[in-house]
Amino acid sequence: MSGLLSRRRAALLLAVLPAVRAGAAGVASVTIDNFTFTPAVLTVAPGTRVVWINRDDIPHTVVSDARPPAFRSHALDTDDTFEVVFDRPGRWGYFCALHAHMQGTILVR
Amino acid sequence: MNDGRRQLLSCMAWVGTGLLWTVSGGVPRTLGLLGTAAAMPAPGLTFAQISDSHIGFARDPNTDTPGTLKAALDLVVAQHPAMMLHTGDVSHLSRPEQFDIAEQLIGATGIETHYIPGEHDWLEDDGRPFVARFQKGTKQGAPDGGFYSFDREGVHFVGLNNVADLKPGGMGALGARQLAWLKTDLAGHGDSTPLVVFAHIPLWVVYKEWGWGTDDSAQALALLRRFGSVTVLNGHIHQILQKVEGNVAFHTARSTAFPQPAPGTAPGPGPLKVEPGRLREVLGVASLTFTRGQSHLAVVDTPLGA
Ligand SMILES: [Cu+2]
Repeated sequence: MSGLLSRRRAALLLAVLPAVRAGAAGVASVTIDNFTFTPAVLTVAPGTRVVWINRDDIPHTVVSDARPPAFRSHALDTDDTFEVVFDRPGRWGYFCALHAHMQGTILVR
Repeated sequence: MNDGRRQLLSCMAWVGTGLLWTVSGGVPRTLGLLGTAAAMPAPGLTFAQISDSHIGFARDPNTDTPGTLKAALDLVVAQHPAMMLHTGDVSHLSRPEQFDIAEQLIGATGIETHYIPGEHDWLEDDGRPFVARFQKGTKQGAPDGGFYSFDREGVHFVGLNNVADLKPGGMGALGARQLAWLKTDLAGHGDSTPLVVFAHIPLWVVYKEWGWGTDDSAQALALLRRFGSVTVLNGHIHQILQKVEGNVAFHTARSTAFPQPAPGTAPGPGPLKVEPGRLREVLGVASLTFTRGQSHLAVVDTPLGA
C-alpha cells in the first residue's frame, strides 16, 4: 500500500516538472530502501533533475561529500523526497549524515 | 589465558529479558532472574539507563512512543534510582515538539537526568537545540560539543558525543577535539576511580555493515584501559548486548520505542516488526548499581511488560 502511494507521488512529480523548471533535461530517481541508495551509482545527462525518495520507515539524509557540501537535504521522513538538478558534468559523491555507511554517486556526463 | 576464557572474552553474550548479571574480576557471572532473592540490588549508587525513545516515530510496530516512554519511566520511578542517564535518540527528527514531549515526560519524574545525543537529536543547527535544552548546566568539553563529565559519589561519569560530523562511509565518530578533551579530563583521575562512560553509538564494533560502531573508539578505549573499573553504556542498536574486555564492561540498552534486528539477521537495521501484544516484551530500561569497595557493577535489564 505504501509502495503504491510512493509511485503515485513520483508520478505526480513527473507531471509537474515542466512547470517547475523549464529546460530540465529529464528526471531520474534514487530510492532509499533498507538503508541503501538504489542505484548506488546513477549516470545522468547534464540538466537532469535527480529525485531521492525515502521508502524506509527511518529518516535519512542526502548530503554531498564535498567540503563544503554541494547539496544537503534535511532529514527525509518516510516517503519524503529531495531533488537536485545537476547542470555540470562531474562525479558527485554523497552519503546519509545519519547513517554514514550509506553512500551513493551521481555521474553527470 | 586458557581457551575457555578467551572465548568468553571475545564473544558477545546475547542476553534475554530480565537477567541480572554482575562483573567480578572481568568475568561476567549470572546471578539469577529478576524476582529472585539474588536479584535484589545491593546498597550503593543506583542509577537507571533509558535510551532511544524516538519521540515522533509513530509507525509499525509502535504508534505511541510517548506512551512507551511513560511506561519505561514508571518502571524507573518504582526503582528509586539516584539519577538517570538517557543515551540518545530522545527524538525521532530533532523537532521542537518532539523535544517538548520528552522533556515534559522525563521532567515529570523529578529524577536528575543526564543526556547525550543520538544522531536523530543532531539533525538541526549542528545539535545546538539539543545541547541548549538537554545539556544546560553541564560543563561542555568544547562549546556546543555535546560532551561533558561529572562526578557522583566517587564515580566519574563521562558523556561522549559520537553522532556529530560523521564522515562518508564511516560509523560513529568522536573526533580529535573530543579525544583531546577526554585525555585531559581523565588525567585528573586516579586508576582506582570507577568510570562510567556513556555514548549513543556503541564504542566497539558491533556490526560494521550497519555502521554499528565508532571509527575512533580504540583511541578512547586506550585512555580508559588503566582504570580498574570501567562501564561503557550505549544505545542505538535497540537491543541488549554485553561484552567484557579486561576491566571494561560494555552494555547496550533496549529502546523505549521499538526493537531492531540482531546484527546481520535482516536486510537492514530498520524497526523490527513484532505482534502488537508483544511489543513491551522487547522494550525496556536498565538499572545499574555500583557498590563502593567492590569491583563489580550490577546491571538489571527490565522489560516494560511480559
Ligand atoms: Cu540514513
